[in-house]
Amino acid sequence: MRLAFILGEIASGLRRNLSMVVSVILVTFVSLTFVGAAGILQLQINQMKGYWYDRVQVAIFLCGPGSSSAGCASGPVTPDQQKAIQALLDSPAVSQYISDYHYESQAEAYQHFKEQFANSPIVDSVTPDQLPSSFRINLKDPQKYQIISETFSSRPGVETVIDQRQLLEKLFSVMNGASVVAIVIAAVMIVCAILLIGTTIRLSAFSRRRETGIMRLVGASKLVIQLPFVLEGVIAAVIGAVLASATVWAVAKFFLGDVLAQQYPDTAFISPGQALMLSPLLVGLGVVLAGTSSMLTLRRYLKV
Amino acid sequence: MIRFDNVTMVYDKKARPALDSVSIEIERGEFAFLVGPSGSGKSTFLRLVLREDRATAGAVFVAGQNVAKLSSWRVPRLRRGIGVVFQDFRLLPQKTVFANVAFAMQVIGKNRSVIRETVPEVLKTVGLEGMGHRMPHELSGGEQQRVAIARAVVNRPGILLADEPTGNLDPTTSQGIMQVLDKINQNGTTVVMATHDDDIVNSMRKRVIELGAGRVLRDEAKALYTSMMPAVRPPRLGEPAEDRHSVSSPAGAGEEEI
Repeated sequence: MRLAFILGEIASGLRRNLSMVVSVILVTFVSLTFVGAAGILQLQINQMKGYWYDRVQVAIFLCGPGSSSAGCASGPVTPDQQKAIQALLDSPAVSQYISDYHYESQAEAYQHFKEQFANSPIVDSVTPDQLPSSFRINLKDPQKYQIISETFSSRPGVETVIDQRQLLEKLFSVMNGASVVAIVIAAVMIVCAILLIGTTIRLSAFSRRRETGIMRLVGASKLVIQLPFVLEGVIAAVIGAVLASATVWAVAKFFLGDVLAQQYPDTAFISPGQALMLSPLLVGLGVVLAGTSSMLTLRRYLKV
Repeated sequence: MIRFDNVTMVYDKKARPALDSVSIEIERGEFAFLVGPSGSGKSTFLRLVLREDRATAGAVFVAGQNVAKLSSWRVPRLRRGIGVVFQDFRLLPQKTVFANVAFAMQVIGKNRSVIRETVPEVLKTVGLEGMGHRMPHELSGGEQQRVAIARAVVNRPGILLADEPTGNLDPTTSQGIMQVLDKINQNGTTVVMATHDDDIVNSMRKRVIELGAGRVLRDEAKALYTSMMPAVRPPRLGEPAEDRHSVSSPAGAGEEEI
């Protein structure tokens, strides 16, 4: 009985305050969507880290015919130089950091290049000669890149040593920056949502002050008097959170899954299912926001 | 049932106290009028019984409990034992008569079948049999006040507090309301009624507690609105006792059409 009564009170409150309720829904929707966007970016970063950190290598590029760096002043790498580098890789001083390595010849490099840029006209203007041969090294601990770089970059026949991880780090820092921006926008919107929920509850309490006055007098408990108001805010926030979850899912499905995945087939994007894992977080956040802000408001504006 | 032990209530430290060392005891099943001019402390008395406020000094006991010592979550339980009726009825305009009375039971969690059984009974007690489907604006002032009384007693409280219940009603209608309150009193409910209406007090011949400037000026059983012994009271400025006798029609008479 009491439950039915409380539900009835909630329904009438939502109906009376419809425009305010809609605005609460929209504000929580927008703010939680930004939270969700930050979440997607973080998930994507983790996904790419997991995917790439196993694959990225330190590459020691050897001097080719067209190399112009200081180490290549004596021309393309000679077979002796190449053997010396390989010997150094096998020596215990260096090999303790290396899990494995392999040699990529100019022909192989050309092959990879053609695969990677299959759709690009640049393939036609590149010949195997222009691409350097290299040693591809997988490190046991990717943080030890500095040691490899110091050991090899001044060797004769070495053009340059590149840590592919550092290229990725740049990308990740851009993505991290984007997620910080999303969080900041989300924070501002959340403040809006809290204030708006407070105002809505206040209006609702004011328009029902006769009822609550009578409830107080006949001895209704604090819970029965306050719960309809709190739930009103919570329901609106949950609807907003569900809309935000749907948006996050749609972004993962249609933008990442259909558009970006086709453009970057070799990148692992998060799946819509993973994006959906954010939704309990969003709903929970919505409930906490609405619950606390309405309880704080009621403490001030609804005497029990 | 209600006991005030040297109760003092101060709202504003610069002004005189609203109640000044008041000691009163009202027994179970009694009918008592609380009379006195505006500002004499009648409303403060009622507020303290309901624990809307806590006394500055002294103790208020309701049904044996010191209300100041109740924790806030127990206050609703105290209020379930007290019905309240106001001068302005305070009905919910969008609800029918039945729903207005049922509201008081719904909010404390009574189940539907009990409500369906009890509400018509109570409406019959207050003389509104068969009017449960009407809306408040379709009723006369007297009928609206009967609905308010029905709502106040539907949970069978031990105490009924009435704050000027006839203040907006004409004398004939007021007499009807008094009959209802008397009937409720005879069923065992303690009734405390604050009023200015001397005709009613005089016709009922019940206990009269007269307050003035926060003090008990008189406490007589089976008394009249004005004391039979005027010498006991010091005369007050600007309020000759004779004037109050001549007022026979209370404010708000004739509003019954609204």
